[in-house]
Amino acid sequence: MTAVAGDARASLGAGQPWQLSAQVGLRPERFGALAYHYGTRRLVFLNDSVLTDVVRTLADHDDVPSALAAAGVPAAQRGAYTTALRRLADAGVISAR
Amino acid sequence: MLAEHAVQRRSPLHERMKTGLEAPVCLTWELTYGCNLACVHCLSSSGRRDPRELTTAECTGFLDDLSAMQVFYVNIGGGEPTLRPDFWDIVDHSVSVGVGVKFSTNGTRLDAAAAARCAATDYVDVQISIDGADAATNDAVRGDGSFAAAMAALENLAEAGFVLPKLSVVMTRHNIPQIDGLRAIADRYGAQLRLTRLRPSGRGADSWDDLHPTQEQQRELHRWLLDHPDTLTGDSFFHLSALGESLPGLNLCGAGRVVCLIDPVGDVYACPFVLHDRFKAGSVRDEGGFATVWRDAPLFAELREPGSAGACASCGSYDACQGGCMAAKFFTGLELDDPDPECVKGHGEAALLRAAASGGSDRPHPGVGHGRGGPVPLALGPTRRMADAVR
Amino acid sequence: MLIEAPADADVVETDEAVLADLLVEEVSIDGMCGVY
Repeated sequence: MTAVAGDARASLGAGQPWQLSAQVGLRPERFGALAYHYGTRRLVFLNDSVLTDVVRTLADHDDVPSALAAAGVPAAQRGAYTTALRRLADAGVISAR
Repeated sequence: MLAEHAVQRRSPLHERMKTGLEAPVCLTWELTYGCNLACVHCLSSSGRRDPRELTTAECTGFLDDLSAMQVFYVNIGGGEPTLRPDFWDIVDHSVSVGVGVKFSTNGTRLDAAAAARCAATDYVDVQISIDGADAATNDAVRGDGSFAAAMAALENLAEAGFVLPKLSVVMTRHNIPQIDGLRAIADRYGAQLRLTRLRPSGRGADSWDDLHPTQEQQRELHRWLLDHPDTLTGDSFFHLSALGESLPGLNLCGAGRVVCLIDPVGDVYACPFVLHDRFKAGSVRDEGGFATVWRDAPLFAELREPGSAGACASCGSYDACQGGCMAAKFFTGLELDDPDPECVKGHGEAALLRAAASGGSDRPHPGVGHGRGGPVPLALGPTRRMADAVR
Repeated sequence: MLIEAPADADVVETDEAVLADLLVEEVSIDGMCGVY
């Protein structure tokens, strides 16, 4: 099993880049996406297409705040989206670069 | 965005069912009807290979389609899948196109070399089937020598360093009392215990009356599962949620919604427990292949519409149990909006009596059997010899 | 790698947690009825 514990505590704030984890399959769905981690066998529903865009484009940005802004997440919702990303980090779906 | 999610939902899938998923989350693929055992409750009535089974090229082509659909993994079974000479080629191809494999086997062919092959990749998982915590109980259902073969397979996997194989048991009246023993076997070999529900499907239709658990045993089982939350169940006991506390899982029927089955000749069914024309959605050999069947089959559209509670509408537990299992109802002669025959509130028993009284004792026939000949009797005393089942 | 100092966990807005629940849901891959 991949050791994701260290990555999961990395900062989701400015200056820390992230990416979709290498062992994860991300499949677009009409409601958002399904993410499956081949190593841990964990399956996660991303119930929102904007969140899916954020996850898919993480590697293109220098940090999470830029990715959220680029995806058009309203400022008032960025806290919730960041909490959601923390859960994805805990599940190993995204990892710090 | 978040404004659309104002209403809290029980789970995302209840809403997603209507539009359907782009692909099954996982699916079961029976590779062959051939089997070297003749288990009394076999849901696919396996025994002899079918001459129309998919060719190797059709199998790898099907996997290519699954890969294109981004299906994450496939459960390969049968019959006994390792009987196919191209079994390993098929597994290797699946891994090479990114579709993970869990194969379900009786273990008779899982020698040291096979175990080492499985241990060599993250994308292959193995599930060994038994139905009792000792040879007497197990072999009464699966045939003489089958318990020993399964234990040898587990030994080989442990020796090869394979991490966490699955030990899968269909729960019956005879093995529920052995549940701690089953757990002990799993622990001994470093396996994860998986307990699943017996359905009256395939040969199970004939042994159902002898094998299905009592109400008391269902309560015992529910309690045990709550006390051992690391036990896998394949969400097959969601009908027990009406007892009060829900088990982990989606707690609803996945047939045609998040899962489906492909049989050895390429026919697509809603799930492994309904191998019957009523639940056949199409064929991977149809124009457009599997993707078209998954997206457009009228049967699947019907299943993805929210069902009616029917006879369960006035019961306070319907939200928890969703009326139970379609296969269990169908093969015991009930209507799909009747209660589950094993309804923990007892509504199933009443429904079965009504169905019998109204002359509806015509249980649907499980469809074409692939057995090697003759009914397979359940032997609780002297065990049947496995040699009798091997041609 | 920048490590996040543990937040005052109890002070995290429950609204955000509730909304995050709607965005991300983990399900057991084994928890689907209808597979082997």
